[in-house]
Amino acid sequence: MNNARVNRIKDVLFKYFGIVCTLSGLIILAIFILNILIDGVQRIDWSFMSSLPSRFPERAGILTAWTGTFWIFCLTAAIAIPIGVGAGVYLEEYSKKGWLANLLEINIANLAGVPSIIYGILGLEVFVRILGFGASLLAGSLTLALLILPIIIVATREAIRAVPKTIKEASFALGATKWQTISRQVLPASASSIITGIILALSRAVGETAPLIVVGALAYVPFVAKTPMDEFTVLPMQIFNWVSRPQHGFTINAAAAIIVLLCFVFLMIGIAVYIRNRAQKKNPW
Amino acid sequence: MLKESGEMKDRIKGGSYMLESKNVNVFYGDKKVLQDVTLQVPENTVTALIGPSGCGKSTYLRLFNRMNDYIENFRKEGDILIDGKDIYRKDAEIEELRKTVGMVFQKPNPFPKSIYENVAYGLRIQGINNKDVLDEAVEKSIKKAALWDEVKDDLKKNALALSGGQQQRLCIARTLAVEPSIILMDEPASALDPISTAKIESLIYELKQNYTIVVVTHNMHQAGRISDKTGFFYLGELVEFGDTKQIFTNPKNKKTENYISGRFG
Ligand SMILES: Nc1ncnc2c1ncn2[C@@H]1O[C@H](COP(=O)(O)OP(=O)(O)O)[C@@H](O)[C@H]1O
Ligand SMILES: [Mg+2]
Repeated sequence: MNNARVNRIKDVLFKYFGIVCTLSGLIILAIFILNILIDGVQRIDWSFMSSLPSRFPERAGILTAWTGTFWIFCLTAAIAIPIGVGAGVYLEEYSKKGWLANLLEINIANLAGVPSIIYGILGLEVFVRILGFGASLLAGSLTLALLILPIIIVATREAIRAVPKTIKEASFALGATKWQTISRQVLPASASSIITGIILALSRAVGETAPLIVVGALAYVPFVAKTPMDEFTVLPMQIFNWVSRPQHGFTINAAAAIIVLLCFVFLMIGIAVYIRNRAQKKNPW
Repeated sequence: MLKESGEMKDRIKGGSYMLESKNVNVFYGDKKVLQDVTLQVPENTVTALIGPSGCGKSTYLRLFNRMNDYIENFRKEGDILIDGKDIYRKDAEIEELRKTVGMVFQKPNPFPKSIYENVAYGLRIQGINNKDVLDEAVEKSIKKAALWDEVKDDLKKNALALSGGQQQRLCIARTLAVEPSIILMDEPASALDPISTAKIESLIYELKQNYTIVVVTHNMHQAGRISDKTGFFYLGELVEFGDTKQIFTNPKNKKTENYISGRFG
């Protein structure tokens, strides 16, 4: 056999290897989701969404869990978005480049890789104990905001960096100040990438369990949170609690709650993808 | 700033040129890229800066609207004067300077916005948002840039959908809207096809009536066609500066002669 033919065979072999790898990942995911759907979908109805938790699986619902998740989502967004985007803009546009900037950059990248439970411990010490917020929605949201800040900062910086220098030059050359250039050119041009990053970060926050357990989110909350200082639970906590119970009824409840959580996360990712696709048509870079 | 040509002659006699550089050196870090450049530009003229690439033409041009300030280790010695005033003095306002000194870049760089908003931008950032004022300024500027007939029905269209030549004329219109008295152009036609280039050239010729224009080009024929004065840069030095006709027909310096006759560059 000549060399070209060997290479061609290698090429084909690798192609099939790639297909098998991709498919096995997809198939496993599909089986998992199908399994959950079969178990849980008939359990989702209005009373499941609007009932408080209960000792009896047929009567238990996820009202406190999904309202808690919704609270956490909104509060975390309100805290993390302004700080994350602000820090990203500062680091990219204002800070002097030098060893300090490098140190910050490396550390922020590293923070994104710190296990989430470490953030939980930090949150417990700082927000729950020192600042005295207790095991409240506020403490939980602050903790999750810290967790996703590095992601938002990095996404913001990358989005800003992708705006061509020529656009900024054009703005300056017309007499714009730095802030006018940032607010009227740089941010609008990078908004869609920043928003995409924010949504993906938030969908991660919504799925987190470990840091909230450490901060003290409860497994059983018999009321809907009314203020940020209330105690709370969230969907992943509720799911975690149900799957660890022996009764089959709770396993079904857990599957149903997983479907609700997945729908929420997929919806957010869908929005992110939609925004990105729409923006790609508008901006050529 | 004064625009009537009658007064212009007085000003020059009085010693105040529109643009002037006195013994200017520029460094990027330790590297010296401009060496003792002294040059004077009278009002309502077109001055062409020619020379091989890398000899410091862009660096020199960008001194006059302080665009080099953004380069980290940029350093300048000597004085840059506009209308007799040092634009690098301590209390100089960069934003005000740039309203007087507009710039057109090598590659067309319209904002990813509508044609209208591109032209209105320079006024909006000054806080002018009155629709009638903006409408009028946008129309006037686009007309002056010889683009009106091509875009008048579609001012809402995204500027990035225009052709390269149209984009560059839009960038000129955008600059004119701020009503500068000086326009700096850094190889404004080098990215364009011959027909678009011809349009830009005749536009520069038109604009000379009301503006002082400095244009960098490495196309010598272009310099010959459009400029009143020509400066030849070589390795960071202004080798020769004079009337375009003289530079092209009777250069005093051997290096200029070699460059003009195409022996290097
Ligand atoms: N930001 C920069 N940092 C360091 N050196 C630069 C920078 N910009 C340009 N130079 C150098 O300065 C010299 C002059 O460049 P430039 O003014 O762009 O020349 P021209 O426009 O005539 O081609 C070149 O040697 C170039 O490499
Ligand atoms: Mg250049």
